[in-house]
Amino acid sequence: MSGTSGAAAVPASSPGGRDSDWPEVPARRKVANFAFWGLCFLGLAVVVVPTIWLAGGIVVRAVPNFRFSVLTTDTTGTTGGLENAVLGTLLLAVCVLVIGGTVSIFTGLYLSEFARGRHRGILRGAYEVLAGIPSIVLGYVGYVALVVGLHWGFSLLPAVLVLSVISIPYITKATESALGQVPSSYREGAEALGIPAAWTLRKIVLKSALPGIITGLLVAMAIAVGETAPLLTTAGWNDQNPTLALTHSPVAFLTYPIFSFYQYGKASQDLSYDAALILLVFVLLIIILGRVIIARSRRNSE
Amino acid sequence: MPTSAQVLQPEGEAGKRPLPRRLGAALRGDNSVRGVGFVFALLPAAGLLFVLVTLAVEAIPAIRLNGWGFFAHSVWNQGGGYNAAIVSTDGVQHLAGSKFGVLAEIVGTLLTSAIALVIAVPVSIGAALIIVERLPRRLASLVGVFLELLAGIPSVVIGLWGALTFGPFIAHHIAPFIANNMPDVPVLSYFRGSTGNGQGLLVSSLVLAVMVIPIVAATSRDLIRQVPILPREGAVALGMSDFECARRVTLPWVGSGIIGAVVLGLGRALGETIAVAMTCGFALGSIPGNIYGAMTTIAATVVTELDSAFGDASKFSVRTLAELALVLMIITLSTNVVARLLVRKVSGTALPVGRGL
Repeated sequence: MSGTSGAAAVPASSPGGRDSDWPEVPARRKVANFAFWGLCFLGLAVVVVPTIWLAGGIVVRAVPNFRFSVLTTDTTGTTGGLENAVLGTLLLAVCVLVIGGTVSIFTGLYLSEFARGRHRGILRGAYEVLAGIPSIVLGYVGYVALVVGLHWGFSLLPAVLVLSVISIPYITKATESALGQVPSSYREGAEALGIPAAWTLRKIVLKSALPGIITGLLVAMAIAVGETAPLLTTAGWNDQNPTLALTHSPVAFLTYPIFSFYQYGKASQDLSYDAALILLVFVLLIIILGRVIIARSRRNSE
Repeated sequence: MPTSAQVLQPEGEAGKRPLPRRLGAALRGDNSVRGVGFVFALLPAAGLLFVLVTLAVEAIPAIRLNGWGFFAHSVWNQGGGYNAAIVSTDGVQHLAGSKFGVLAEIVGTLLTSAIALVIAVPVSIGAALIIVERLPRRLASLVGVFLELLAGIPSVVIGLWGALTFGPFIAHHIAPFIANNMPDVPVLSYFRGSTGNGQGLLVSSLVLAVMVIPIVAATSRDLIRQVPILPREGAVALGMSDFECARRVTLPWVGSGIIGAVVLGLGRALGETIAVAMTCGFALGSIPGNIYGAMTTIAATVVTELDSAFGDASKFSVRTLAELALVLMIITLSTNVVARLLVRKVSGTALPVGRGL
């Protein structure tokens, strides 16, 4: 085993032996090995560099111009602040968590605990197909059927409904697999102790599946915060802060200024970058929260 | 949870048995959850049905009038200006002179996604191999955070980066170099010619690649982690180099799963709207002459044309967009079905935050 990088292939733990015991390794194989790992490292670079470039570029561009007054003033035209958009996005996210979350958790619960056989296959197939529909198609349907068809206008309700439909597959999937991973010994132990089934479900099964379900909800939140196309066609845009009116009152959201303002003057572009920065921070918080929850649940389960 | 874990320690037989129904209260509780769950479980199916019915109802007149020619040529003409006469052909109302063909949009969608995959897949698999087999645990976890971040960054932010930073960078520093040095032979001449302004096929495809990479890389990484150590040790014991071990043992072991991950990434690329709309240059109905040319995709067309389509008093433009959305849905659903069939064999893969379930 010579010290060339090609022979780094053989782990240090492999049986020892003097070099002379082994046949010569053809140069072609050494070169192929070296080239392969070189290309793999290149691949890693291609994964890491755009991430840093993207996130770093947004931060570097946005931070020097960032004023906290952006968070407390409303948009006027294509300049001003983003208070209306931040509040609108938070409102949308909360509504999606409530509506999409409720539907998905009960769906996941039913599919995992009660449904059997073909019945389950059909219901599960439905949300899996839903996951495969591009969000712009759902946004189109929301526009045609809800905004225009039902005369709701750009408003909170169609936006929340469309975003909920987009997020339902993710939360349902997370709920189902979290419930499926609860050890059957938990259920059997509860049964052996004579604990009523509903109690078992609520206090034992759901409790141990909770981290997985919350992770699914976080994904849904990331979607609700980061979607653009379906919101363009359902929520509209509003220079004022969102009201709680369900229909006929457009809602501002954070992705809109990014998509619409960047081509105008410097002040508008600054606003785009401010919105991008806020979204980036939001996504980072969601990722960190997800990691903390997973780490905690791992520690608890040991 | 620790208490329940301690209490419930004794191992039972594997397999899930139906829950017991002893006490009346338990029975009621059980049934109410079951009933509520059933009602809610019907909602996703109802939503799906609603989407399909709405699309079909909107699209059927357009399908009848546009015919097969819809897929054979590239033209987007809503018909003559305001006050244009609404005429009726085969019982379908439309503006006089309207003509639609979406060959360019379909080609654009397939082309951007294909180029994105060609770039993203080898990169992702290589990166996944390095993460699992070469990087120390801490570094691997850091790269994992990068992947999660990249998957979680909203597509509009990636679009902003593509439109203002990455696109101009390509147009000024990379594209002229490639265009000037590419030999003028059949396939490669596609890389020659005008390099545009940083909005077009190449930039859109690269931006899509950036969005597909985290899905494919994270899924491949999780799959490769699941490959048992014994076959790999066996390969090394037989004298294989790491490259040969990866090529002949590790990758074949997870082959179908990786194909599934690739198709999931393809689903995201095909359906991506905003990032492409911001970087494609939006040339309705034009197939780019070279790889830098402005173009559009189905999704970008739907989102940018929806407003003007509603100006069409005959509603035929909206119906045509419904047909277009239906085409996109059929393309993505068929890739998704393939992905699910392939991934189902290797379950338990962690999903990255964001799209690409």
